[in-house]
Amino acid sequence: MRPFAYQQPGDVLEAVGMLAAAPDGTFLGGGTNLVDLMRLGVATPDVLVDVRRLTSDRIEELPGGALRIGAAVTNSDLAADRRVRRQYPVVSQAVLSGASGQLRNMATTGGNLLQRTRCAYFQDLTTPCNKRSPGTGCSALHGYNRELAIVGWSRECCATHPSDMAVAMTALGAVVRTHGPDGERAIPVTELYQLPGDTPERDTVLGHGELITSVDLPALSFGANSHYRKVRDRASYAFALVSVAAALDVADGLVRDVRLALGGVAPRPWRATRAEDALRGEPATGQRFRYAAAAELADARPLSGNAFKVPLAVNLIVSVLLELAGGQP
Amino acid sequence: MDVEIALRVDGRDCRLAVDTRTTLLDALRERLGVTSPKKGCDHGQCGACTVLLDGRRINSCLALAVAHQGAEVVTAAGLADGDGLHPMQQAFITHDAFQCGYCTPGQICSAVGMLAEAEAGWPSAVSTDFDAEKVVLDDGEIAERMSGNLCRCAAYANIVPAIAQAAGR
Repeated sequence: MRPFAYQQPGDVLEAVGMLAAAPDGTFLGGGTNLVDLMRLGVATPDVLVDVRRLTSDRIEELPGGALRIGAAVTNSDLAADRRVRRQYPVVSQAVLSGASGQLRNMATTGGNLLQRTRCAYFQDLTTPCNKRSPGTGCSALHGYNRELAIVGWSRECCATHPSDMAVAMTALGAVVRTHGPDGERAIPVTELYQLPGDTPERDTVLGHGELITSVDLPALSFGANSHYRKVRDRASYAFALVSVAAALDVADGLVRDVRLALGGVAPRPWRATRAEDALRGEPATGQRFRYAAAAELADARPLSGNAFKVPLAVNLIVSVLLELAGGQP
Repeated sequence: MDVEIALRVDGRDCRLAVDTRTTLLDALRERLGVTSPKKGCDHGQCGACTVLLDGRRINSCLALAVAHQGAEVVTAAGLADGDGLHPMQQAFITHDAFQCGYCTPGQICSAVGMLAEAEAGWPSAVSTDFDAEKVVLDDGEIAERMSGNLCRCAAYANIVPAIAQAAGR
C-alpha cells in the first residue's frame, strides 16, 4: 500500500480545503471499499482526509415529510431507522440486502454511494481496465462478464455499479447534497452517476474535493408501498445479478403512480422511466407489468456471458410490481 | 508515517505508534499481541477478524487503526469474565460449533454483536414483518444475520443452534 498522510479536519470546510490542497488525496468514510482498494493497489491516495465524524450521523425530518440522511449515518442505522422502515421500506430492504452485518456497521451513506465497481478486472492490477487505467482497454468486453451490464455500457467499460442502497434512492428520486471547493449544491441521484462513454474512469459528476454531506429522500405518499428484491448467486452476502426497487400506487385497479429502478444491469443505478411511463394510468395487471418491463429492456445489449439478465430483469419487475399491487409474488 | 494512537483493548489501555497503513487487525495481532481475531481473507469477506468496536461488530481488517483513536475494542478473548466463559463461548462448546476453530473468535464476536442488534429491534433482509417491535431469531434469521462469517469447515449446522441457545431460544 502506498504510504499516505492521515488528516482529521475539524469541520466540513476544513476537510474540503485539505483535499483541494491534495490532488492525489481522497476522503475516508467507513473505509470498507477504499481500504480494500488501497490494499489491492487500485486506489493510491497520498492523503486521506477522514470525514467519518464530520458530516451528520443523524436522520432528520424536513418540513413536508422528507427525510434528510446525514452522510455519516451508517448503513446499519439507516436500515434500522423506524421512519425509513415505515415511509420507505425499499431503502431499508436494499441496504439490508447488501454486504454483511459487520460491513453495514462500518459503511456510511455517503461512502455507499461512492463505492467502486466490483468488476473482477477493475480489482486486478495484472489486467487491462479502462476504469482503473484509462486507455489500457476493457478486459471484460470479451472476457468474464456474467455479472456485468446489459444497458448503458460502452466499448470502453461494461462494469456495473454495485450499490443496492443507491438503486432504492434512484427509484425514490433522492437528492444528494454536497459541499465542495465551489460551495454547496444539490444533485438528483439520477444525475450523480455518469455512464462510462469514453471516460469510464469517472464514476460520478462530483469534482475533486466535493464532499457528500447528506441525502434527501423526498416525501412520497405511496413510499410505504415499496419493495426491494435482489437476485444473486448466494442467498446472502453477494452482489446483485439483477435487483429491482419499486414503489407503486394503485387506485381502482389503475396505476396512479410508480417508481422503478434496476440494479446490477448498468454502470449506474438504472431508473426505469420507460417502464414507469408505460404504467401510469394503465391497468395494474401482470400483463401490463410485463409489457412495461419488456419496453424498458427493449434496447438491452447483453454481453457474451449475461443474456440471462434480460428475461431475469423482466420477470423480476413483473414479480415485484404484482406483489406491490396486492397479487401473489 | 507514524501516528500515536490510544486504544482500550479487552479492558486494557494501550498506547502505540502505528504507520498510517496499519489496520486495526494488524495493530491488535502484530503490535499488541492480541491474537484472538484472525486474519482470513484480509478483504472483509470472511469475518474471521470480527471484533466489537465501541460495542458494534466490525471487520477489523478494513479498519485503519489511526481512524479509531480512543476506541474500545473487545475481542472474543475479552468476552470471558476471568475463567468464566461468556454464554456465547459456552454455547459454542456445548454445541460443538467448530472444527478447526480458526473462524470461531470472529463467529463469537459477530454473534454477540448480532444479538445486540436483534435486541435493539433491527430487521434483516429476511424479516417478514419489517416493522416488528421484537425480532424473533429463527434459524433463517440467524443464518442471514451471520452471513458475514464464513466457516470453511462448514460447522454452520452447529453454529446456528449454539447462537439460538445463547439467544435464549
